[in-house]
Amino acid sequence: MESTPRTFRTHAALSRSTIAVLLLALAACFAPPARAQDNILTGTSTGVTSIRIAVADFKPLADDPQTAPFKQTFDATLYADLASAGIFDIVSKSLMPPGSPGAPAEIQLQSYSNAPASAAMLVFGSLGQAGGKLLANGYLFDVKNLQYPQVIAKQYSEAPSEDSARQIAHRFADEIIYRLGGGTPGIAETKIYYVQMTGDLTSDVSKEIWQMDYDGANQRPITHLGAISISPRVSPDNTRLAFASLGRYGFQLKMYSLLLDRYVAFPIGNGSTESPAWAPSGNELAYASAPNGSFEIWVADSNGNLGRRITSFRGGNVSPTYNPKTGAQIAFISDRTGLPQLYIMNSDGSSVQQMTDGGYASSPSWSPNGQFLAFAWDRKYGPGAPGGQDIYVMEVATRKWTQLTHDGGRCDFPSWSPDNRHIVYANSSDGRANHMRVWTMLTDGTQRRPLTGPGADMPNWSWK
Amino acid sequence: MTHTHSSQPKSFLTRSLRSALFLAVALGAVSGCHKTPAANANPDSFAPTPAPLPPVPTASLTADPLAIDLGQSVVLNWRTTDATNVSIEGLGPVNPNGTQTVSPTASTNFHIVAKGDGGTTEASVRVTVRVPVAPTVPVDNTATADMGSESVFHDNVQDVYFDYDSYELRADAQASAVKSASFLVAHPDIRIVVGGYCDDRGSAEYNLALGENRANATKTALVNAGVAPARVRVVSYGKEKQFCTDESESCWQQNRRAQFSLDR
Repeated sequence: MESTPRTFRTHAALSRSTIAVLLLALAACFAPPARAQDNILTGTSTGVTSIRIAVADFKPLADDPQTAPFKQTFDATLYADLASAGIFDIVSKSLMPPGSPGAPAEIQLQSYSNAPASAAMLVFGSLGQAGGKLLANGYLFDVKNLQYPQVIAKQYSEAPSEDSARQIAHRFADEIIYRLGGGTPGIAETKIYYVQMTGDLTSDVSKEIWQMDYDGANQRPITHLGAISISPRVSPDNTRLAFASLGRYGFQLKMYSLLLDRYVAFPIGNGSTESPAWAPSGNELAYASAPNGSFEIWVADSNGNLGRRITSFRGGNVSPTYNPKTGAQIAFISDRTGLPQLYIMNSDGSSVQQMTDGGYASSPSWSPNGQFLAFAWDRKYGPGAPGGQDIYVMEVATRKWTQLTHDGGRCDFPSWSPDNRHIVYANSSDGRANHMRVWTMLTDGTQRRPLTGPGADMPNWSWK
Repeated sequence: MTHTHSSQPKSFLTRSLRSALFLAVALGAVSGCHKTPAANANPDSFAPTPAPLPPVPTASLTADPLAIDLGQSVVLNWRTTDATNVSIEGLGPVNPNGTQTVSPTASTNFHIVAKGDGGTTEASVRVTVRVPVAPTVPVDNTATADMGSESVFHDNVQDVYFDYDSYELRADAQASAVKSASFLVAHPDIRIVVGGYCDDRGSAEYNLALGENRANATKTALVNAGVAPARVRVVSYGKEKQFCTDESESCWQQNRRAQFSLDR
């Protein structure tokens, strides 16, 4: 079996034949010590250096006291969106020239391009209320291009509210990121679905599916079942939410329409069913089901009909996830060789390949560009074993992997952002389930920060 | 998962030990690796062993299927090597290799003894025969069914505990399941739920599969001991409902269980 981490390969070969043993012994004596695995490039912070961008606070249109809180929300949201985008080097506020320009005529471009700001790009504009609307004029200027500096000029008009200010900032940030980020749409308007736990772990525990903005704002429950609901997966068109819920006959898949705000029928069959996964077409779902007592991967249409089994191996086969780029492959977790490992196969069940061959792997998520798998992995799993469960990213073509989290406690449930630049995951520093929080980070493991309070896990990032 | 218990012949171990030693020595000699501790082994150990011992016989015995209903038959299949005298208890002397169809009327341990110049090797396989329970009158109105009291039920039907990341019933669990089954056979109105639980380590979605397998292994043990399958409902809770939350082996063991409750 071919696998990247060198230590695994040596173990596998050792038992094969005398010749292999002798060759390895020679290699061990003369070869340099094994290096850590090569880093893999995930697209974040690679290629060109980050664009240095200055984000000026917007200028209030009039001295209107009602606008002040909206402007504060808007400025903070726009700054945070651009700072967390993973493609910018943001000019610190303390290095900015004084004053906040509200229109192109008020701008001194050199004051931003010169040291200490040394910016290449400048974001500025004005915000205020006019005619009962919240009005924003936003500009993106190339400060090195003195003759034609304007890159983007946008006007937004919404009903005045705190949330409007936030949404306008998200939309403007996405425009800027789309223009400067190589044509990849920004993620500031995407949502994250997750599981929020209430009650005590041992008795009246209840888990509901919640939704929040990508930056942790607007956290709100979607389900009110009073049961244990897990594994939320939103459909590619953001209209439906599949999840598994514990009922009288064990865990069963349920479907919630985000358009109708109610449950819709999803008759997926007998026995336990769990861990749904949408095909990128939205026409099919893969899931794990055990009608005969053993969990296998099944595929059904998006109404829960025409279920068919695509794996055949006793034990546990769970947590499928489609290659979102092609829809032609499914990654999943199986214990066919002992502890659960990461596998991929074609979406008809053929060409099964084992991707990890050690430790305990779980919770795979396939990157939207199809190149990478993120998953949780405890490489030295076992009673009393050292090490912990961390988030890893593996390049599918080469099986090279890299570790993204280190020594921060138990990590699980990675889920890719639609722009391939972020991963949301759950972390609990002491390993306890009721202390799990949803965190976000860039795909190189930097800019980690929590999005929720304790008791939240299983995040699932929307497709767009 | 196999139920064949073939004993490990002793000489196999010594043989593999010897070849391992040879490998280690050869490795040290060829590679010149200074770390190899076997490099200073006595070269006399290469001398041929003076009188080779006669090989110890090997024996294996399998049955297909392992569990039958009364009146059905089972194919026994055995293989031996280096044996001069092979016999199976209940069948008498047999050929060194062979198959035979048998129809036991009760659960039986088939036991093969292979005698040879090098010694004696034994192997056995257990065939479970499900004896049909006298049909019970189907109870339409479940409210009138006598489910008995909760405490009597839990005194007689006790939870089954599992090893780490395993869904095989241990010996103590087998004994407990047989005891539970006899109570259930004596109280045909009782229907039960077997809940499969896991400790809180590992993946939530994978642990649902593990809990399902634990509950099903327990149900199979009850069914093999005579409980009608329709009376047993299986629910996997995975790691979603913990009995206790300490990070200790005793607590994890409490959580790795199949728990019985009345299916009211």
